[in-house]
Amino acid sequence: MSTQVPETETEAETETEPAGESHQERRMADKAAKREYRESEKKAEDELRAAEESVHLKVFRYDPEVEDKQEPRFDDFYVPYTKGMTVLDALMYARDHYDSSLTFRHSCRQAVCGSDAMFVNGRQRLCCKTQLSEMAEPVRIEPLPHQDVVKDLVVDMEHFYDQMHAVEPYFQSEDVPSEEQRQSRENREKIKMSTRCIWCGACMSSCNVAAGDNEYLGPAAINKAYRFYMDEREDEEELKEHRLRILEQEHGVWRCQTQFSCTEVCPKDIPLTEHIQELKREAVKNNLKFW
Amino acid sequence: MYEHDVIVVGGGGAGLRAAIAAQEEGADVAIVTKLHPVRSHTGAAEGGINAALREGDDWELHAYDTMKGSDYLGDAPAIETLAQDAPEEVFQIEHWGMPFSREEDGRVSQRPFGGLSFPRTTYAGAETGHHLLHTMYEQVVKRGIQVYDEWYVMNLAVTDEETPEDRSCHGIVGYDVQSGEIAGFKANDGVILATGGPGQAFDHTTNAVACTGDGYAMAYRAGVPMEDMEFVQFHPTTLPSTGVLISEGVRGEGGILYNADGERFMFEHGYANNDGELASRDVVSRAELTEVNEGRGFEDEYVMLDMRHLGEERIVDRLENILHLAEDFEGVDGLKEPMPVKPGQHYEMGGIETDENGHTCIDGLYAAGETACVSVHGANRLGGNALPELIVFGARAGKHAAGGDMAEAKIETGERGDIEYDETELPYQPGEVGIDSGPSGVAADGGAVTADADAVVEQTVETERERVSTLMERDEGVQHSQIRADLQKTMTQNVNVFREEEGLKQALQDIREIREAYQDVYVDDPSRTFNTDLQQTIETRNLIDVAETITLGALVRTEFRGAHWRAEHQERKDEKWLKHTLVGWNDGDPTIFYRPTILEGENKTYEPKERSY
Repeated sequence: MSTQVPETETEAETETEPAGESHQERRMADKAAKREYRESEKKAEDELRAAEESVHLKVFRYDPEVEDKQEPRFDDFYVPYTKGMTVLDALMYARDHYDSSLTFRHSCRQAVCGSDAMFVNGRQRLCCKTQLSEMAEPVRIEPLPHQDVVKDLVVDMEHFYDQMHAVEPYFQSEDVPSEEQRQSRENREKIKMSTRCIWCGACMSSCNVAAGDNEYLGPAAINKAYRFYMDEREDEEELKEHRLRILEQEHGVWRCQTQFSCTEVCPKDIPLTEHIQELKREAVKNNLKFW
Repeated sequence: MYEHDVIVVGGGGAGLRAAIAAQEEGADVAIVTKLHPVRSHTGAAEGGINAALREGDDWELHAYDTMKGSDYLGDAPAIETLAQDAPEEVFQIEHWGMPFSREEDGRVSQRPFGGLSFPRTTYAGAETGHHLLHTMYEQVVKRGIQVYDEWYVMNLAVTDEETPEDRSCHGIVGYDVQSGEIAGFKANDGVILATGGPGQAFDHTTNAVACTGDGYAMAYRAGVPMEDMEFVQFHPTTLPSTGVLISEGVRGEGGILYNADGERFMFEHGYANNDGELASRDVVSRAELTEVNEGRGFEDEYVMLDMRHLGEERIVDRLENILHLAEDFEGVDGLKEPMPVKPGQHYEMGGIETDENGHTCIDGLYAAGETACVSVHGANRLGGNALPELIVFGARAGKHAAGGDMAEAKIETGERGDIEYDETELPYQPGEVGIDSGPSGVAADGGAVTADADAVVEQTVETERERVSTLMERDEGVQHSQIRADLQKTMTQNVNVFREEEGLKQALQDIREIREAYQDVYVDDPSRTFNTDLQQTIETRNLIDVAETITLGALVRTEFRGAHWRAEHQERKDEKWLKHTLVGWNDGDPTIFYRPTILEGENKTYEPKERSY
């Protein structure tokens, strides 16, 4: 259900209004009208959905062991819609009421455990924070692309974990005081976004380079390395150089083609591409050999 | 059969910390978890970690606040251990790189929290648990500790001597979710349960779907008493539509609560004339529900939490995560609007009875974190005391299991020592269905009759394989989702913030019927690959056992203390109830007994006082 078409109509109407208003006023009025329209549209849509009482899901199914699921297929589910329902809520409803073999990972339901990244209507999303009301129907739910499917919506995460582990994702400083180490607010702010990663794998799945180069560290792992490289508490020169060496290898930062697809899908709004670019600059600055 | 010195069940905060500590003692450690460690629910903790780090604060103040918060049901040796060890543990995780929020001078920030006499809640934004979890997992990776992720632990391999205190735990039985393999894991030195809370026994909870109380149920059936299970914390600020938690940090930073009449009811209706919104969680939850019940709520359901006056800068700096949660899960912009909130199940104060070294009454069996009851929190847990509990008692359990040098525990465990038995006549028989003719069917356990460790593990593996075969071979019956929904319904209706005798009896009857229904449970998914239908069916059985212990405790404790409110008993009765409720499985025929609370601390004896905020 797109709001695109009616929106342009509203615009056309405001275009024909008599002159005299300042450009600024017209823009403000235009925006207000659009906002109002969007809100009424949203409300109408919610009401409509409540009245229709169901949302149509098309869900990818596959099980290597079960005869009629060995050939991948899509199953249709019609789930009663309630206001505020997320894609995860709908999947849980379908499983608990229609087909208990429908399989997907999920746990916290609040976008922090990172279990339920899936490919919803053609894009990597965390199901628990994706409102059904924002999805066009039928809502197409598939496992994350570029990963092996274990069953239904569950993919094999081992490769993702291997790449995360490959950047030595742990604090290595041995030189610590008896109390806490000091860290400036600025430095904490600098690493803040990078520490938000929930390992959901959406970025890796969206990345064309990772799809073609299985050894590419990928956005999440490079971001993890960024988190340590930029942390002023780990300040030994040899350590910094060691971290850069891991990053500037053949399948490291230089592979990134700055397509921003990872940044676009990150459910935690981490500026992944920027972080990768910053590390490229660090590598150059440190005059390290690159491939 | 897999074999390790120490096996940690669960990969959340307590489990990771226990594994690191055991490895530091030289043990070969493995973590077995049904999730991947970074998916654990510790990651959802928001507020912070209480620790007396600063001048003007000291561990004795932290201990005093915790004892008062517990409504004098915490044990002094446990509380004092928490308060004494917390600062060192906080510095330890800081040394591991934990990205705490910082002051101008670069030191870690602390903020006020409910029930604290000093602002000692150390935090990392409003996502402290996420950072704690990831920081410790990083150290597990660094140390090369083996992790069996997505392995669901189905049961403990425990010997079957007559009395639990004579039994030993030799390992676990795991189910590889990805492949369906069922395998034994032998533990040479000990098994540590760090499996988290039982929130899925309720339908409005801040807990994850994975919080199904597996550890409690396994330990309980093996013979370890469940302690103080009636004390369930309902967090006062959860989002009405999902149960997503809005941190106490919002009130700590100055957020206010008001009702539909625009009254700041914590003060204006006299619930907490001094501390207002920052009174203890049980006090605030009851106040909110009272407002709603007396017609002053919004839509007869919730009250409002407002933080707009704190200003955008402060909110973004310290509570940014709250803005995202309110927006994503309730469609509310916390910078522009107040947030609707209501109480939701949040934390189980009770748990697997342990001493201050995490040891249970069964040799080689330990528990730490929410699933354990040391007891630190007594009748009510203070905000900011769960995370230090994870790291302090996780570390202690790990060290002790690995044979580390530690002082002997002061807290006694098991059905021995200074105990008395309950004489309440129960309206419905709790425990195993058909116990008179011996346990049978899918809930049967059957202990191992040998003391040889390998044989105990193998025999338990066999029992679990049979259980799974039975469940998988059935073609009809009831499904777990129906049983779980029925359980959540009766618990939420009858064993909630406000409790009445009739409701509690009703819940016991419902649980009895739910147990009987479970005898006919079946698994529809025929696959061995990632069969979550099977896993959830087994989890549901655990929830039934846990829910029953909560309800039993709630029925027999005829007083009002901390989070346990009884309509017919509106006072705290110290002369009779300064004691812990213990429910023993007793091979399927539960017994209830009591042990006095320990109020004698290292330097002083805590005198129960009226708890006002």
